[in-house]
This record gives sequence, C-alpha cells and structure tokens, in this order.
Amino acid sequence: MFILPAAYCADGKLIGTAGLMQVEGAGGGGIVPWATLAGYDSQDEVSFNAVSTRVELDDYRLSVLAASISIYDRLEISIAQQLFDVPSLSTQIEQQVVGLKYRLFGDVVYSNYPQVSVGWQHKTLKDGAIASALGAEDNQSGNDIYVAATKVHLGVLAGFNAVWNVTARATKANQMGLLGFGGDNNTSYQIMLEGSAGILLSRHIALGVEFRQKPNNLGLGEEHWRDLFVSYIPSKSFSMTLAWTDLGSIAGAPDQKGFYLSLQGSL
Amino acid sequence: MHYQLRLLMIIGIISIFLGGCSLFATSSASSSNSSASIYEQLGGANKIEEIVDNFITEIEFNPEIFPYFEKSDVSRFREKLIEHLCMLSNGPCEYTGDTMVQVHGGMGITEREFNLTVDLFINAMTKANVSHSLQNKVIATMTHTREDIIYQ
Repeated sequence: MFILPAAYCADGKLIGTAGLMQVEGAGGGGIVPWATLAGYDSQDEVSFNAVSTRVELDDYRLSVLAASISIYDRLEISIAQQLFDVPSLSTQIEQQVVGLKYRLFGDVVYSNYPQVSVGWQHKTLKDGAIASALGAEDNQSGNDIYVAATKVHLGVLAGFNAVWNVTARATKANQMGLLGFGGDNNTSYQIMLEGSAGILLSRHIALGVEFRQKPNNLGLGEEHWRDLFVSYIPSKSFSMTLAWTDLGSIAGAPDQKGFYLSLQGSL
Repeated sequence: MHYQLRLLMIIGIISIFLGGCSLFATSSASSSNSSASIYEQLGGANKIEEIVDNFITEIEFNPEIFPYFEKSDVSRFREKLIEHLCMLSNGPCEYTGDTMVQVHGGMGITEREFNLTVDLFINAMTKANVSHSLQNKVIATMTHTREDIIYQ
C-alpha cells in the first residue's frame, strides 16, 4: 500500500516526454497507441490520467472519455467510453474499451534503443444493431493486441527533440470496433501497421503526424486514418491537443475529415 | 480552399520531417560555423561555469535533491562538474574526477530523483540563456551517464 501526500503528483519524467492518451484510452498519440505509458510516473511512482476527446467529422462525431493508471512506468490500465454520433440515423453507437499495456524494455528518452511495450484492448459494444446491419461477423466484442516501439531523440533535428513510434496491431475491428468485428470480406485477425512522428518545438509544444492502417472487413471501403497534431503541454499535469484528422470513408460516407480536440490531465 | 490548406499543412509537415535539416540549416548556418563543438556553441568555459553555478543554486533550493549534497564538498563538485561538462561538450579539458559509479555508489538515487535533477539542470541552462536547441544537444551528451548514476 502506498500513501499519497496531499499535493501528490507523479513528475518523474521530463516534461513533454510522457506522450498523450489516444482515442482508445491507451498512452499514445491521438489515434495510435505508443510504447509510452500515459503520465509522468517513474519506476517508483504511480500516475493517474484522464482525458476528454472530441472528433468532429463531416457526418459523425466521436466523443471519448478515458481514464488510466500507470504503475511504476511498467503497467498501464485504462478504460475508455466512446460515443459515436450518427446524426443521419439519429442514433449513437457506444463502445467501452478496457486496455492493458506492459512496458517490456527500454526508456523512451534514455536508452539507446526504443522503448517497447505490448498492449491489449478489449472492446465491448453496447448495442450491436448497426454493426449487424452492416454485416459484421461479431456485433458484441473484440480484442486487439499490439506491440509498439517509441523513441525520443534528443537534439537531432537542428537541436530539436524528435519522437517516432511504430505499432503493429492484430485486430478484427471495423472502425476501431464501433462497427463490430470481422465481416463478409474477412473474418480473421490481420496485422495493421500504425506510425507517428513528431518534433518538440520547445518543452511545451509538440507537432506531429500519425497514420493508422485499417482493415476492410465489411467491404464498405474502410480507409486508413491520418492526422496532424499540435500539442500544448504547459505543465506535467495538463495538456491539450488539436489535430486535423482524415478518417476516410466511414460506413459508406466518404471523406470524413475534421478536427480533433483533446484535453488531458495527469496526477 | 480546404484542400489547399490541407496540402499546405502536409507539405509543411513533410518538409519538417524529411527536409527538416535543410529547413533549419539556414538558421544554424547563419549562427556561424555549424561544425563548431557544443563547447564552442555554448561560448566556452565562462558559460559552463555559469551553468554549473546556476545548477548548484537550483540544488540548494530543492528540498528533495539538496540532502544528497549536504555533506559533499561543493567546491570540488563545482570544479569536477565543470571539467566533466567541458569534456562531454568536446572542449579542451580532461575529466580528472571519480567515475560516475564511484561518485553515486551507495546513494540509491532513484529514476525520479535523476529526472528531477535533469529538470534542475535544464533550469540552470535556461537561466544562463542557453537556447532550447543547444540545451537538447548538451543533454544528449550526458544521457549515457544515467545508467551509472541511478539505483547504485
């Protein structure tokens, strides 16, 4: 058992090197889970993190509330509640994602090799009616397993710190699970590649790009996701991220682009 | 318009990542010789002394880190750290102090305390008006010492 001092704050990492929380609740960028655990915990600390994210697209809106705990910079446990608004059908799709991430080895800043973590995301759809209607093989729940490698390079881009991440994810999820798992086109797990690259313009501002490969299980032309983000990290306890996202075709509605805004707090 | 804006942003980002060096090359070239050592970019011995003096002040005012220095010989610490930084930044010095393992052995310094001390060192450089990018380069020369400092 540990006792929290009155002004508890896990701050044992350098500012700007803790990463963010992505749309499924895992420590990461915006759409890609990274090897980093959310929060500023070091090997002797525990951090508590929460995030609220909204993605406004042409025909849809995604709202995410997530919370996580990172223990000794080793294990991350997260839970995310996703609400996907479909105004044209006057309906909402609700999904819960429970996540675990384990840091295998490496320190994102200090080791000569990347930090590498494995993660698991268990996704449960509250109501699978839309998933079924679109031909999903499973309209209730699914699991993703991923391996991620992340590295910060100090001062490499004209003196600025740079970060990159590569993630391989085994998944059957359609649109992250919101449209169920598997479909007429494909019913088995596939490995999807995801990546991020960023530059820290100061200790408080990060700029980056992300890419997330997607399967096309339903045969509805699901497309890869991308975003460009800028994060403002005024302190170790708060950050905000604004991104321009291109989520491609979703459930037959093409060119879903829009803005992503995320507010995150950490203790 | 939307498409053009998007194109512009993508071009901007790609140029930062791929052509980043050339993008920034103008600024580093204009700040005179880009092949100068970090020691020279800092401005030599005076700047290193200023950083170390600031760092000692930062430590003195930090209740978590100060206890580690309470019984140490501050003037020796100052002298050896100046030497060490001079050597790490490719300056004309030789480090004559003990190894990092010898210095930190038995202290049981945690990762949290190490990273906090890096924060103090960054403050010391900021107060000595060292630019953000030069700070990153200085820290990059020091990171390999971490494994000999923590949990010893």
